[in-house]
Amino acid sequence: MKSAFSITLSGISKFYPGVVALDNVDLGISGGEIVGLIGENGAGKSTLMKVLGGSIAPDRGTIEIDGERLQSLTPAEATARGIAFVHQELNSFTNLDVTANILLGREIVRGPFRSLDRKAMRDAVRPILQMLDAPFGPDDLVSELSLAEQQLLEIARALSIDARLVIMDEPSSSLTLSETNRLLDVVRGLKSRNVAVLFISHRLNEIEAIADRVVVLRDGKNAGELTGDEIRRDRMISLMIGRDLNQFYEKRAHNRQEPILELKDVATRAYPNARANLTVYKGEILGLAGLVGAGRTELARAAFGIDPVVHGEILLDGKPLAPMSVGNAIRRGMCLVPEDRKGEGLHLDFSVTDNIALPSLSKLSRHGAVVHSQELALAEKSRDRLGIKTASVNNAAAELSGGNQQKIVIAKWLAMEPKLLIVDEPTRGIDVGAKSEVYHVLQALADQGVGILMISSDMEEVIGVSNRVAVMCEGKIAGILPSDELTEHRILSLAVA
Amino acid sequence: MQKKDLGLAVLILIVGGVVALINPRFLSPINLANTANLIGLFGLFSVAEAFVIVTAGIELSVGSVIALLGVIFIDLIVNQGVLWPVAFLVVLVIGGIMGTVHGLLVTRMQLQPFVVTLCGLLIYRGIARFYTADGTAGFSFGDSFPTLEWLISGRTGGVPHSIVAFAVIAAIAWYVLHRTVFGRHLFAVGKNEEAARFAGINTTRTIIAAYVICLVLTGISAVFFAMYTRSIHPASHGNFYELYGIAAAVLGGFSLRGGEGSIIGVVLGVGLLQVLQNLVNLLGIPSSLNFAVMGGVILIGVIADNQFTKYRERRRQANMVSGSSDRPEQVLVGSALSEAK
Repeated sequence: MKSAFSITLSGISKFYPGVVALDNVDLGISGGEIVGLIGENGAGKSTLMKVLGGSIAPDRGTIEIDGERLQSLTPAEATARGIAFVHQELNSFTNLDVTANILLGREIVRGPFRSLDRKAMRDAVRPILQMLDAPFGPDDLVSELSLAEQQLLEIARALSIDARLVIMDEPSSSLTLSETNRLLDVVRGLKSRNVAVLFISHRLNEIEAIADRVVVLRDGKNAGELTGDEIRRDRMISLMIGRDLNQFYEKRAHNRQEPILELKDVATRAYPNARANLTVYKGEILGLAGLVGAGRTELARAAFGIDPVVHGEILLDGKPLAPMSVGNAIRRGMCLVPEDRKGEGLHLDFSVTDNIALPSLSKLSRHGAVVHSQELALAEKSRDRLGIKTASVNNAAAELSGGNQQKIVIAKWLAMEPKLLIVDEPTRGIDVGAKSEVYHVLQALADQGVGILMISSDMEEVIGVSNRVAVMCEGKIAGILPSDELTEHRILSLAVA
Repeated sequence: MQKKDLGLAVLILIVGGVVALINPRFLSPINLANTANLIGLFGLFSVAEAFVIVTAGIELSVGSVIALLGVIFIDLIVNQGVLWPVAFLVVLVIGGIMGTVHGLLVTRMQLQPFVVTLCGLLIYRGIARFYTADGTAGFSFGDSFPTLEWLISGRTGGVPHSIVAFAVIAAIAWYVLHRTVFGRHLFAVGKNEEAARFAGINTTRTIIAAYVICLVLTGISAVFFAMYTRSIHPASHGNFYELYGIAAAVLGGFSLRGGEGSIIGVVLGVGLLQVLQNLVNLLGIPSSLNFAVMGGVILIGVIADNQFTKYRERRRQANMVSGSSDRPEQVLVGSALSEAK
């Protein structure tokens, strides 16, 4: 049995010219404890993590590990003392097998040519996989693992260095509900093996479910700490944003009259034999809930003309949407804010202006030539309207925070004056403040009569924002819940077949 | 003009200045006119190459297309008695068809541009050699096409028409790439095809158009080369020209990953390569070292550019951290679009 591990950060400050990233922050964790670390983007979570990982030396404060006081750590020291990271972005090498991934950089070799001792490597990996109850073996190819399994692989890699503190940064952001539950079980397993876990997540219900203690950061300072029964969603949110969240959701009553989008017996490639029927009305926000893999994104992509519609008919504003192409959908007034912001929504290297103007270029041009002054005017107007925080609209989109990037994607489509806006996971990975701004924009659009179809896996959001919620299951609409029947329980019972 | 282009222009002036100091013949009217002629000839297909590179593609068949279309052009006007304007048109149409096929293979069949156009390189070269039975296509004694010769290989006031044609085409290309909606779509598709699709851009059509533009311009270039050399050995005519075009584009700031570059850059890139060629000749450097000099200069240029970009990036980050209120200098690549405005 290892001795109990403890790490205490006290009075940690980190200054950058003109910015205080961390201001006198305290944080303590000991073996067998799960500590949740929460805060809005920019609150200092990542700087604090880098201090723990040794890649940033604090300007003030001390780090105490197992009673030994240190000024700062180097990355090698942090690893040697058993501090391991499980990152949000998966770093697996999908071209290698499980064993090679777990022991990457620490391969077991033998002989004069330092050839790989594959048997010894497999033997070293096997007990770790058993401990995690992993559904894959040492020889499996990582390219054949699901996202959740790759996440487990990351944890296995952390354990293989004999970690005593595992720091998890948004580990569940790409997992389904059941996969997340398994992940939480693994975390509990780590706890029972006396490993300390620092769990960073925007998903507060996970923190609620798992954390023994929650540390909240705001503007680089300790904003408060919650333990036991105090760990409740509302308490955490008010500590994170420093105010109560009464006006977070501003749902208004809606009476349905004119349909804007009608899906009739629609089937997509994901579920060619299922038939989805759905109507979105002008001025309403229709939530589309369901488990990951229920076919929601596929339905949106097909309606928008990205993927083929295998069966059925789509009406926009009463008339059939044909031919099915993105260009035609946009001309007819349909827009889609895609799920993958960086891959599908933005040109990261392009400026804010170029991004916002891209779909509207033909409107911003004369005789086929782009009129730059009109582009700039559009960008400035969008910046004011959506509160996009950037020093200049000429800055590259990559330089902005996730929340502001999402506002750029929304601004692209607002410029097209859509009649129907489909938003797919509109607030994934953005902080609480930006979330509330996005909801505000969606509500304002609905008030103007725009129909909004909002795909979301965030239950709170679906219930808080939608006028009605359609629940999808295996390519079909399993049910539609009116506003007074919206409960997490009702939605989930429809979502699981 | 971007800073990158400015750097390239300065480099040309320095290299030119050094050559002129060592060998004053560099500035003689004859040498200048000859160099201008070569810049015009090589510039035409380099601009063509740029249209494909900006979409994150590559066109390796340029040299072979120059050989095949050149052979066809000469055969049509010399042996088949076709009027030269008609023959010219036929050559452009064939180029357009080849471009369409390349574009369709790349988009509809999802093949890699490198593979598609490598096969083109081999196929067209083979056909060109077969077409002439591996002989030389050329004009016989007494063949005379005064209008065509004047138009394509003539000079006005000492200025070769090839560079005039290049200037006109480069100006149009600049306008199309940097000022029109279509040009913006080319950049958008090259940088992030998926996001371009979600923005309603017909990515398939845009990419096919890039290959068509490339090979039609290559067709024009083929006629200029045919009239310049006046006899074509299909086994060697145009060899390596695609690499020359790619080199000019890369020197001019085009990224092979797509979505970056400027026409002014390619024009300067072509200029620099020709001045280097001239330098090898005039300074008495063994001409066998020609390619080595070219390769060395391109490598140094790319390394310098790379280091400069990193330096600016570091300075920008330092600015951002210090939270200084002055607008952070625009550095990243969007510049290809916005700085050219």
